[in-house]
Amino acid sequence: MRHQDRQGLSARAVLLACAAVLATALAAGSVIAADTTATLRKDGISSQKAPPPIARVENRDLKRARNYPEQPPTIPHQIRDYQIDRNVNKCLTCHSRTAVEQSQAPMVSVTHFMDRDGQVRGAVSPRRYFCLQCHVPQTDAKPLVGNTFTDVDAVIQEAVPGRKEN
Amino acid sequence: MALRDSIITLWKTLTGPARHFSLGFLTFGGFIAGIVFWGGFNTALELTNTETFCISCHEMRDNVYAELKSTIHYTNRSGVRATCPDCHVPHQWTDKIARKMQASKEVWGKIFGTISTRDKFLEKRLELAGHEWERLKANDSLECRNCHNFEFMDFTAQSKRAADHHARFLANKEKTCIDCHKGIAHRLPDMAGIAK
Repeated sequence: MRHQDRQGLSARAVLLACAAVLATALAAGSVIAADTTATLRKDGISSQKAPPPIARVENRDLKRARNYPEQPPTIPHQIRDYQIDRNVNKCLTCHSRTAVEQSQAPMVSVTHFMDRDGQVRGAVSPRRYFCLQCHVPQTDAKPLVGNTFTDVDAVIQEAVPGRKEN
Repeated sequence: MALRDSIITLWKTLTGPARHFSLGFLTFGGFIAGIVFWGGFNTALELTNTETFCISCHEMRDNVYAELKSTIHYTNRSGVRATCPDCHVPHQWTDKIARKMQASKEVWGKIFGTISTRDKFLEKRLELAGHEWERLKANDSLECRNCHNFEFMDFTAQSKRAADHHARFLANKEKTCIDCHKGIAHRLPDMAGIAK
């Protein structure tokens, strides 16, 4: 009796699974047929689009504006093969406190020397050691989607029309 | 006494005139034998001066060569490639021979497995890199300059900071290439305490 029950159950489970698979396949089929899915590839799911050429890294050594005060500055130069590991940090060979006299590069800011209690230490804090977690180079790639970011100055100007801009 | 006798016989043979061969045969024969010997020697020397030869040892193939492959000196837009001997062996013949004689130490290292594992290699990396830095410092980065001639550099085509640094430190010979460009083709060891 028990044995029969189990058989009955498993048969029902198989039937259900089949139905589910069928439903999914049908749904997917209709989506593929319609090809209306929004993707960043800008192409249908079933087609293989030719990949865009690899974007070039900007290497002009010109500082870029920051979009908000806390924004980590972007890297205005190539960083190909820069080694950052426990042996050496290539960025710091120019941007460290002692190297900037020779390199004339901007020094890593004092916040990078702070531990989590805000105490300034003698060297760059381990939690700030991996530069590329926040600072990144920029390429000439076109944005895949637009955005409606508005600079804070413009927002204030709109809210308080009479206010002078800094 | 037999040894002494045979040495005396050899000496007499060498110092005496040729009994069976003509002067022409000995002169031209010697000339041709010289060409064959010299050609063979140089061919063998050049065979040891190829990337294929260098990476026939797993020590080179799995460590430094593997690291080189992603760098600009191996993979780049213009298809110019610097292989091992371009940077590590002088091009001038006398300097090359001197370097090759030094390299006999590397044969010793190979036989006794000085860097036969990755761990052993990493352990010794600072010392080995130090040798190359010293060598390039001493010869004013000769191997760099075999391709990168300061006189031929177009500063306007360089990025701003590169042009600025080359003008300030390279032009007046205050620094040489390797002073700033360490680790350009291989990973660096622990650089704590190494002058930048």
